[in-house]
Amino acid sequence: MAAKTLTIDGQMVGAAEDQTILEAARDAGIHIPTLCHLEGVQDVGACRLCLVEVTGINKLLPACVTKVTEGWEVRTSSERLQRYRRMVVELLFAERNHVCAVCVANGHCELQNLAVSVGMDHVRFDYQHPRLDVDLSHRLFGMDHNRCVLCTRCVRTCWYIEGAGTLNVAGRGEKSKIITDLNAPWGDSTTCTSCGKCVMACPTGALFYRGVTVAEMERDRGHLEYIVTAREKKQWIV
Amino acid sequence: MDRLRLATVWLGGCSGCHMSFLDLDEWLLELAARVDLVYSPIVDHKVYPDNVDLCLIEGAVANHDNLELVHRIRERTHVLVSFGDCAVTGNVTAMRNPLRKTEPVLKRAYVELADVLPRIPAEPGIVPTLLDRVAAVHEIVPVEYYLPGCPPPAERIRTLLSQLVEGREPRLNGGLIKPG
Repeated sequence: MAAKTLTIDGQMVGAAEDQTILEAARDAGIHIPTLCHLEGVQDVGACRLCLVEVTGINKLLPACVTKVTEGWEVRTSSERLQRYRRMVVELLFAERNHVCAVCVANGHCELQNLAVSVGMDHVRFDYQHPRLDVDLSHRLFGMDHNRCVLCTRCVRTCWYIEGAGTLNVAGRGEKSKIITDLNAPWGDSTTCTSCGKCVMACPTGALFYRGVTVAEMERDRGHLEYIVTAREKKQWIV
Repeated sequence: MDRLRLATVWLGGCSGCHMSFLDLDEWLLELAARVDLVYSPIVDHKVYPDNVDLCLIEGAVANHDNLELVHRIRERTHVLVSFGDCAVTGNVTAMRNPLRKTEPVLKRAYVELADVLPRIPAEPGIVPTLLDRVAAVHEIVPVEYYLPGCPPPAERIRTLLSQLVEGREPRLNGGLIKPG
């Protein structure tokens, strides 16, 4: 496979032609923040946290779904990008009811960690405080729409790793929500295999094991990648 | 050196942030040597005074008393700190906001769950009425600094206060701004 040469934050980087900017940066030890990206699950560029600048291109590009190109000069952490990333995280907090103090994922939450890493000490946008449900109809799992950031990691996991196709996105804009089957209660789903991979994929406290309480929801983030690597490469690497 | 005129107030919150403040233990003696505590739930001053240098505000703006006080504080204080998650985000205090009105909250607490005398309290001039929408402090008045955490650990309070008392521009970064 042909190699591409580019610079990321001034550092000369070699990458395979099918690699994304995100993969090339990580191989080079350069950290780009992400939220909707999860190792082992295909990328969609939904959260906009991994946006980068490329010299000569007027718009910002999502690193997770942009392939490397010969000669590109990529910048991952300009003052403008840092400003936008903080804004993205603030908007996520303002959009729904993320009450860290009483959340099952407190202390183990990717959104909370992002808030710290982008320097969010407060939210400058008006909190929307939407009225949202918690689906506790499933025997094993719960879905709290208050904590959902619509990253769709659970949906992609359900469709492409488990192959069940139970989870989906309904609605548009602020009315968007994750649904099970045709918007029936999760416990009534005829397609859900109760595998729990969606719960493993969730970055926040939106999907959880029933019975966990504040700060108890920890997950094995590497498990999905392990399953996918085993399936596609026949390598059982723990 | 002039002593810093410090105030702390307790709006719509659980007082956990003030408990955490008390967790500063012996450092409180060092602080006491540098400041005059001119208004606080832990001292006996009835009226928020003029010309306060620094005020830590615990709690969200949840009722009309809070609202009036927070405006008075802003008028009379040089530097405001949103002290803890309720002040910074609304936090647990604001969890009633999706209901949009106070009536279902009061009914649940004082009627549906009452063991005796179910009635919604209404004592004008004594019991302040709730606001329909609980607000973070900076949604009402400008705030200089933010101290997230539920509650902010004592060490975090000390980091901010020591910087402010020494007249330095405070810096809280890394894990020190973690909410929750």
